[in-house]
Amino acid sequence: MSQPLPGQSAQVPVLALGDVLLVSLQGELHDGMAEQLQHDISSRISASEVTGVVIDISGVDIVDSFLGRVLAEIASTAALLAARTVLAGMRPAVAITLVELGLTLPGLVTALDVDRALELLSQGGT
Amino acid sequence: MMRPSGQAPATSLPIGSDADLAWVRQQVRQYAAQLGFGLVQQTKLVTAASELARNTLVHGGGGQAEITALDDGRSRGLRMRFTDQGPGIRDLELAMTDGYTTGGGLGLGLSGAKRLVHEFHVDTEPGRGTTVTAVAWVTQVPSSRPGAG
Ligand SMILES: Nc1ncnc2c1ncn2[C@@H]1O[C@H](COP(=O)(O)OP(=O)(O)OP(=O)(O)O)[C@@H](O)[C@H]1O
Ligand SMILES: [Mg+2]
Repeated sequence: MSQPLPGQSAQVPVLALGDVLLVSLQGELHDGMAEQLQHDISSRISASEVTGVVIDISGVDIVDSFLGRVLAEIASTAALLAARTVLAGMRPAVAITLVELGLTLPGLVTALDVDRALELLSQGGT
Repeated sequence: MMRPSGQAPATSLPIGSDADLAWVRQQVRQYAAQLGFGLVQQTKLVTAASELARNTLVHGGGGQAEITALDDGRSRGLRMRFTDQGPGIRDLELAMTDGYTTGGGLGLGLSGAKRLVHEFHVDTEPGRGTTVTAVAWVTQVPSSRPGAG
């Protein structure tokens, strides 16, 4: 793997919890990192028995149309690979802003926090 | 009259890479917090800045952001101006429509950013470039709007 460039944060870590991938996004996410993450998650799903993905965005202070699109694309790619995605922990200020921006992220399942997201995934069904 | 306040001078920042976008977001956040914007308004401002700065980078081929603190005597505000010497926007009305994009985007940047601020102006000329100016004022809690009530 290549070293992050100076001034650029490291890659976003993707943890495996049983058959669920857990990704915690924190603070400033550069566009390149978001795209890298999209790629990493897809390859992790297809390489193992992953049935669910939880993306924790409680540490993210803004979601703009770029990040919103990346999140939606991660969820659609995961769905094609038979895994369900839950977006956890969106801050209220971010939710209010997204609605005004016009980005409602249809088709993206959300949960208030990671515990509830994992619970949702373990319940099965669609 | 709208005048730049003496407390926080204008800051000019280059927009040439996605690391620059992150830096613009951080600076806008810092200005907005210092000027007394609440958390939701800060989030809206930083999100609008992110959209407009990305347009400057992606569609305008790079340029610069200028952040200025305002004080009209009654309230404090923040002005953000994004300038590039790129291709300009031929049909501005169309570009301002939700969902319109010439790239692979969602087409929400311009129209969405406009909804996130109080004043919004696009100055563009095909072949010469684009300047987008967005202004927001600190609103009193609970969000009382001038003219409302
Ligand atoms: N600075 C600019 N210079 C030239 N064209 C621009 C500029 N800003 C916006 N545009 C044009 O206006 C269109 C709409 O912009 P808008 O930000 O709404 O959508 P987008 O950037 O295509 O997608 P996204 O939803 O990801 O922002 C762009 O596709 C582009 O054609
Ligand atoms: Mg845009």
